[in-house]
Amino acid sequence: MPMWEILLSLPVLGLALMLQLAVFSRFNLLFGSADLPLLILIAWGLQERVRWAWVWGLLAGLLVGYVSGLPWYVPLIGYLGTVGLAQSLRRRIWQAPFLAMFLVTLTGTLFVHALSFVSLRLAGSPLPLSDSFDLVTLPSVFLNLAVGIVIYPLIRDLAAWLYPLEAET
Amino acid sequence: MKRLTPRSLQTFIIVLIAIGLVLMALGGYFNAAARQVGRAVVGAQAWLSQRYLALVDFLTVPRDLVSLRRENAELRAEVARLQGQIVQLQQQVTETEILAALVNFARTNPESDYQMANVIGRDPSPFLHYIIIDVGSSKGIRPGMPVVTEQGLVGRVEAVAPEAARVRLITDPASQVNVRLQGAETEALLIGSITGELSLEMIPQDVNVQSGDLVLTSGLGGGYPPNLLVGQVLTVRKFDYELFQQAVIQPTVDFSRLYYVLVITNFRPVDISPLVPTP
Repeated sequence: MPMWEILLSLPVLGLALMLQLAVFSRFNLLFGSADLPLLILIAWGLQERVRWAWVWGLLAGLLVGYVSGLPWYVPLIGYLGTVGLAQSLRRRIWQAPFLAMFLVTLTGTLFVHALSFVSLRLAGSPLPLSDSFDLVTLPSVFLNLAVGIVIYPLIRDLAAWLYPLEAET
Repeated sequence: MKRLTPRSLQTFIIVLIAIGLVLMALGGYFNAAARQVGRAVVGAQAWLSQRYLALVDFLTVPRDLVSLRRENAELRAEVARLQGQIVQLQQQVTETEILAALVNFARTNPESDYQMANVIGRDPSPFLHYIIIDVGSSKGIRPGMPVVTEQGLVGRVEAVAPEAARVRLITDPASQVNVRLQGAETEALLIGSITGELSLEMIPQDVNVQSGDLVLTSGLGGGYPPNLLVGQVLTVRKFDYELFQQAVIQPTVDFSRLYYVLVITNFRPVDISPLVPTP
């Protein structure tokens, strides 16, 4: 099963990245956009029987780091940190999965955006803090929360398919 | 000679009467009566026919409803198929128009070599204004090559893979382009922003900048070839206490609807970074 979980990450995250580039990055609210790979990682990390979510985070971070103009380490650190947060929360508030999804989505989006902002400012990009927060981060948080409602059940079904209950007994 | 029997006589009389009636009818003696009778008969026939047809309609309507519904469904499916075909054809027309415009641009600017590319995506980070195009190093694309459309300057190739490349748009917050104002005959620095707004910096205070002045690349710095159209001056911000005036630019390219672009492949950017003094 762990092998299947790792193997499954490539098509799922590859498809997510393609959708992100072609669709979600073009669908903007003000100047923010949803982050599909991040939402998939959060939903996957919150699943009870998943064991290799960090591998998914690593792969997504490398893929997005390769494609994006951001420094390569920003998506890597951002995604791994968010997966870590999701996994640490999944046992604590497992009775309210949507609440956990919302909480990690909010925190993860802010974390990834903060990393992006700091790294770009360090690289010399003159990003204004208030505009970045008001016009990019807040709309992105809203979009991520909205898209997360759809993503969570899909990923839960995927995890249930990969790790059926009978396999544990 | 055989005698006439009463039955024969009766028949003879009837035949005579019949012949008489026919002759009278042919002579027009019964016309008025025939019209009355005919009118009554036709009226009765029409009434009967209408009732019959109404009955037939009543009995056959359910069958017609079923066939009408089936026909309606078939027609709806046909309409949907044709509408899909129309959308497809409209898309093809749009693509053809864009491609024709790009070809026209390439013909009217023969000093450059062009490689056409499809825009296949945008950068996943909302902080960056980058696009992904479907040509890369296998087609001779190199970092630093300018990217244009028939409308004007789009940006510059930033990173290259074998089959794709990443292009930094001039609207990116980190983008800086040396430009000149055609009306004012002065040079300035075009910078992008996180909202995609383009602005001109470093315009000397003594220069008269007018709304509507054309903005073209100057070629200074070696990052872009000269005389590529960028946009028009929209508004000017001028304060006496500042060293330079600023202007907001309306780009000629619609960056939200970029589908195809041209990469200028015979332009080699000049790296002037060794000449820039370091503090």
